[in-house]
Amino acid sequence: MKEEKNNKNAKKFGMVIDLDKCTGCGTCMVACMSENNIPFKEDESNKLYSITWMRVYRLTNGKSYPDTDICYLPRPCQHCGGRGDHGHSPCVSVCPATATDYSKETGIVSQIYTRCFGCRYCMAACPYHARYFNWWDPVWPKGMEKYLSPNVSVRMRGVVEKCSFCFHRYQLAKDKAYYENRSEIEENEYQTACAQACPSGAIAFGDLNNPAHAVCELKKNKNAFRLLERLQTNPKVYYISGRQWVRHAGDNHLKRDS
Amino acid sequence: MDTKIISGELKRCPAWQFGLWIGAAGIVLLWGVYATLLCWIKGLNQTNMNDAYGFALWIWADLAIIALGGGAFFTGFLRYIIGKDELKHIINYAVIIGFICYSSALIILGIDVGQPLRGWFIFWHANVHSMLTEVAFCLTCYLFVLIIEYTPIILENRRLGNIPFLHNFGHNLHEIMAVFAATGVFLSFFHQGSLGGVSGVLFGRPFAFREGVFIWPWTFFLFTWSAAACGPCFTILITKITEKITGKKLVKQNVIELLAKISGWMTGTYIIAKIVDTLYWAKVTLPKTGFGFLDFYTNNPLYGIWILVLEIGICGILPALILISEKGRKNPASLMAAVILAVLGVCINRWVMVLQVMAAPVLTFETWQMYIPSWQEIATTILPLAYGVIVVSFSYRYLPVFPQEKELNP
Repeated sequence: MKEEKNNKNAKKFGMVIDLDKCTGCGTCMVACMSENNIPFKEDESNKLYSITWMRVYRLTNGKSYPDTDICYLPRPCQHCGGRGDHGHSPCVSVCPATATDYSKETGIVSQIYTRCFGCRYCMAACPYHARYFNWWDPVWPKGMEKYLSPNVSVRMRGVVEKCSFCFHRYQLAKDKAYYENRSEIEENEYQTACAQACPSGAIAFGDLNNPAHAVCELKKNKNAFRLLERLQTNPKVYYISGRQWVRHAGDNHLKRDS
Repeated sequence: MDTKIISGELKRCPAWQFGLWIGAAGIVLLWGVYATLLCWIKGLNQTNMNDAYGFALWIWADLAIIALGGGAFFTGFLRYIIGKDELKHIINYAVIIGFICYSSALIILGIDVGQPLRGWFIFWHANVHSMLTEVAFCLTCYLFVLIIEYTPIILENRRLGNIPFLHNFGHNLHEIMAVFAATGVFLSFFHQGSLGGVSGVLFGRPFAFREGVFIWPWTFFLFTWSAAACGPCFTILITKITEKITGKKLVKQNVIELLAKISGWMTGTYIIAKIVDTLYWAKVTLPKTGFGFLDFYTNNPLYGIWILVLEIGICGILPALILISEKGRKNPASLMAAVILAVLGVCINRWVMVLQVMAAPVLTFETWQMYIPSWQEIATTILPLAYGVIVVSFSYRYLPVFPQEKELNP
C-alpha cells in the first residue's frame, strides 16, 4: 500500500444509488460484464461461481401479502476507505503481495491481476462479497473475443478480480483532458458503465468531494446510508431509500436496538 | 539388506516389513500427489471452494498442523532456554515432528494458491501491513531453522557418522543448538501469532475480528499460546503412537509427564485467556458491530453453541485439569485422553477461526454458507499425513531418534 500524501485536490469517486428508483432490471450487471470483459460459463446457475462485479440483490421485508415489499440492491465494490478513511480498506491491508491498492488520488481500490497470486485472503476480508476468484480460465464463445474491450485486460485463472469503478474510463478521460490542455475532467467525462446504462437513472457517479458533482449533494440526503457502516469499512457507495425497512437492512442491529 | 546403515545397537524390523509399511504410506502419498497435480494442472475448480469460501479445508489444515508443530519450538525453548534437561530425550522427535508439520504447511500453501508459480511474489512484493506476509517470512525462516535442527540428527546415522567431517559438523551443530532454538522461538512467536492475526484483523468479519495491542489482535497471542500449550501434547501423542506401532518403550515416563505437566499449565492458562477473550468479544467488541453473540451460533445446520462448549470445555478445561493433576498424568488412559482432547481442541479452534468465519453471513440479506470439501481437497490434506509417516519411519529406522531406546529395550 503506497502511503501517498493526502492531496487537497484529491478526488473521492463514489456512487449514490437510489434504491427506490431501481427496478432490478439487471442492465447495470450486463453493462458491467460487457464493459469489463467479465468471463461467464455455459452454466451460471450456481451464483457462488459467477463473477458479477455488479450484483443485484433482491431484498424483501419478510411480510406477507398485502404488506410484502421488495427492493433491488445493486452492489458494486464499495471501494472502502477503511477505518479513519486512511486507505486501509479490509482487502487492501491484508493482501500479502500488494496486488490490491488504494489510491489516495481517486479513492479507488484497484486490483493488479498480474501480481495477484490467488491466495484469496482479500475475499475472506471483504464483508460485501465484492471480490471474485477465477476458478476457471475465461472461455469466450467463438467470435466473441473480437468484441472484447481493448481497454480492459482479461483475467487468467487463479486470480481475484472485482469492480474497478471502470477505472480505464478515468484514464481515458484524463488523457483527453491532457490533450486539450485541461487539468480537470468534467463530471460527465468519467462515468461508470453501470451508471450510464441504468434506464431509471438510479445510479449516480462522481466525485464525492466535489460540490459540482451530483453525488456530493445526493449523499447528504436524509435517507442516505451505506452498507455495514458499523464495521467502519467506510464505503464510497451510498444508497438512498425512503423505506425504513430498506435502510434498516443496510446494517446489523442488536435486537434491543431494533 | 540395510543393516549397515542401521545403528548396530538398535533393533529394527526386517527390510521387507519396512518396505510394505512404506509402500502402504506411499500409495496414500501418491493419491495426494495425483490430487495435487489435478489442482495445479486443472486449477482450483477441482475443489469445492467458492466465492463465499475463499479460505477452506487447506487453510484450516495449515493452521492446525502449524499449531501442532508448535511442540518443536516450545520443547526447544524448554530444553535449551529454560534448561529442562530431561527433555533432551524427546527433543529430537519434537524437532522431526515440527519439521514435518512446517514443511507440510508450505506444501499445502503451494497447492492452495491460484497461481503457484507466482508464490514468490509474497516475498518480492511484500505488503508489510498483511499478516500473511509475516506468516510467509517467519514460516520460511523457521523451516530453515528446523532443517538446521534436523541436520545433526541425520548426521548421527551410522554410515554418515563414520565420515569424520560430517561427524564433527553434526557435533558442532549440537554445540550451538541453543542459538537456533532461541531463533526458532523468536520466529515461532511471530508466525504462530501472525496466523492468529490472519483472522483477528478481519474487521469486516465480526466473528473473527478481535481488538488487541498496537497492531496485534488478541488472537495473535492466543494462537501462540495455544500452539505452545497443545504442540507438546501432539509430540506426546505421536510418541505414544510410535511406541504402540513399534511395540517398544521409547521415552521414559518421567519425560512424558514433565512435558504433560507443562502442557497442562499452558493449556489451563490459555483456556482462561480464551474464555476472557470470548467474553470480551461477546460483550464489548461484537455489540459495536450490531451483532449479538447468538447470531453466530444459530440459524444454521452445523455451528451451534455446542462447538464452543466442545472447544473450551471438553477440549480445553478438561485436558488442562487432567494434565495439571499428578494423578491424571500418571494414569496412562487419562493422559492419552487428555493429549487427544487438547490436540482436538486446538484443531477445533483453528476450524472455527477459518471455516465458521467464512460460513457466517455479514450482510443482513445473505445467509449462512455451508461447504463440503471435494475428494481432491481431502486427498491433498491427507498427503502430509502419509508424508509424515514416511519421514518418521525413515528417521526412526535409520537414526538414533530416541536416546533412551537402548536403555528401555535391553
